[in-house]
Amino acid sequence: MSQKQLLLDDSYTSNKFPQTFEADVLVIGGGPAGAWSAWSAANSGASVILVDKGYCGASGCAAASGNGVWYVPPQPESREAAMASREALGGFLSSRDWMQRVLDQTYTNVNQLADWGYPFPVDEEGRPYRRSLQGPEYMRLMRKQIRRAGVEIFDHSPALQLLVDAEGAVAGATGINRQTGEKWVVRAGAVIIATGGCAFLSKALGCNVLTGDGYLMAAEAGAEMSGMEFSNAYGIAPAFSSVTKTLFYNWATFTDEDGVPIPGAGSQKGRSVIAKTLLTQPVYAIIDKASVEMRATMRLSQPNFFLPFDRAGIDPFTQRFPVTLRLEGTVRGTGGIRITDYNCTTSVRGLYAAGDAATRELICGGFTGGGSHNAAWALSSGYWSGQSAAIYSRNLSLQAKRQVEAVGGVGFVSGSQNQINSEEIIKATQAEVFPYNRNYFRNEKGLTESLQRLHSLWDEISNSEIADDHQIVRTREVASMVATARWMYSSALARKETRGMHKHEDYPEQDAQQQHHLISGGLDRVWVKTASLQETKVRELITA
Amino acid sequence: MIELVSDSRCIECNICVKVCPTNVFDKVVNAPPTIARQSDCQTCFMCELYCPVDALYVAPDVDPLVGINEQSLEVTELLGSYRKNIGWGKSLTTTAKEDPTYQLLKTMK
Repeated sequence: MSQKQLLLDDSYTSNKFPQTFEADVLVIGGGPAGAWSAWSAANSGASVILVDKGYCGASGCAAASGNGVWYVPPQPESREAAMASREALGGFLSSRDWMQRVLDQTYTNVNQLADWGYPFPVDEEGRPYRRSLQGPEYMRLMRKQIRRAGVEIFDHSPALQLLVDAEGAVAGATGINRQTGEKWVVRAGAVIIATGGCAFLSKALGCNVLTGDGYLMAAEAGAEMSGMEFSNAYGIAPAFSSVTKTLFYNWATFTDEDGVPIPGAGSQKGRSVIAKTLLTQPVYAIIDKASVEMRATMRLSQPNFFLPFDRAGIDPFTQRFPVTLRLEGTVRGTGGIRITDYNCTTSVRGLYAAGDAATRELICGGFTGGGSHNAAWALSSGYWSGQSAAIYSRNLSLQAKRQVEAVGGVGFVSGSQNQINSEEIIKATQAEVFPYNRNYFRNEKGLTESLQRLHSLWDEISNSEIADDHQIVRTREVASMVATARWMYSSALARKETRGMHKHEDYPEQDAQQQHHLISGGLDRVWVKTASLQETKVRELITA
Repeated sequence: MIELVSDSRCIECNICVKVCPTNVFDKVVNAPPTIARQSDCQTCFMCELYCPVDALYVAPDVDPLVGINEQSLEVTELLGSYRKNIGWGKSLTTTAKEDPTYQLLKTMK
């Protein structure tokens, strides 16, 4: 491509870009957060288009996996216990106001799921049990519900650039249908980024669609990130497998090759021991602490946990199998696009963020374990962003039609003749973010060296051009991953302490002076600044 | 990784082409879809769940394998095993209703 930008204001009204659509709200990403925001916006009266890189219903980590939900009935003692339980783990960066709101909204939305017919189980006393969602079932239902609400879904339609108006407010997006090759433009009053986190193509379950695309687009429109140092979550999986479901490893013994237990190794507190051991030798697991009665229960509870074992001919209860730790980056980490108010607004007008794409520090601080808070955040932030984007868009529509242009486009619009070798850049990026002795355990020297190389990769991408449209999607993914890694490690360098999941070998203690958020951003030049906990708290809540 | 589209079972509905989150399959006129981009497969098993005739097999390994064949998968009853286990398909009931996670979590406390 030789044009300076993929799409400029006039070009898409010509025949060259026939696929132009309009909506009050555009949702980018079709996992739980995107689906909830689309439903909520439609329910608030907006016309909504949802675009997904894959297929809304099968895309993302939730659909493939399933998880717990932070669903706590509104009894003050249970709510208090729920909020208190993770504050220390998260390094005291979370906010009670946000937790309270998420607990309230999650309770409402999960009950809504039950009304829609999600088949929640009933416990021994006949009470419905609503703290666990099986992914395929959940997301199949969400797709059905958002279609019923009138949301138009474009599958296999990754967004590539955001559109902004003359004042810099976001006004839609451009993209491509990767099956037909046709480009599309959606002009919208507001845009919600629900593209998930970034797991750097680590093959963690359902995570390879999560390459930080939304971070990059948001940053190109001027949005900021928050908490990107909390980006080194790793999930346990059988070494040969993608299945990073970790609950059942609570009943595992971790051993060396000869079956000798590794002291201190465990699923939760001992995961760093597993990482340390894996640096020098293989680690094996056996789920031998599960009683015979429990085994059938486990199979019914998480059918996909057993899938790789059954197919590989391994009985995980009686046979040792090698394990690995796959990077889950900001999917399970808590960093993401900075949220500036209760409406899930970003620092750019007209742009909202929800789910893993948005920072989850507000309810988790610098750490999350399993999926429960993540699921709760996806459906709450999705709900709020959808509602507020609909209201914002409604007020806008009174104005005249805006002149818009596409912003960003790193990787395919430099005008240079150099071609990108995406696969090489992916490997080079993974070599900086996968190793446990770079990312799981961080130190100043390692971070500094990695950053130098990541900055060069960025320069390489910004000075290259793709050969043809087939490479657009992968090239943007590559640019997103490199950008994400630079925000991650720049933030990690700035947090000179150990807090939440951020483990800094040079500063192994938590430092009371650093109980603040780290805001980051920038493309060619990455910057990091601190923000006090209060600053991120509250702006006025707009209600319908 | 996706290893098999069974010619004998496939009804050419192309649902797998539609639902695969990483766009691994290509539609072919009057023939079963092809596995056009195996290296993009993220081993999420979603295609198997949506295949109405259990014509797909996703091996548990994240790297490609050799020697996968339909006959042996039929013998070991692995074709469609995931769909059966979650209770999707004709005359089956979703097992989400029986999800006993709460019993397991109780034993952790």
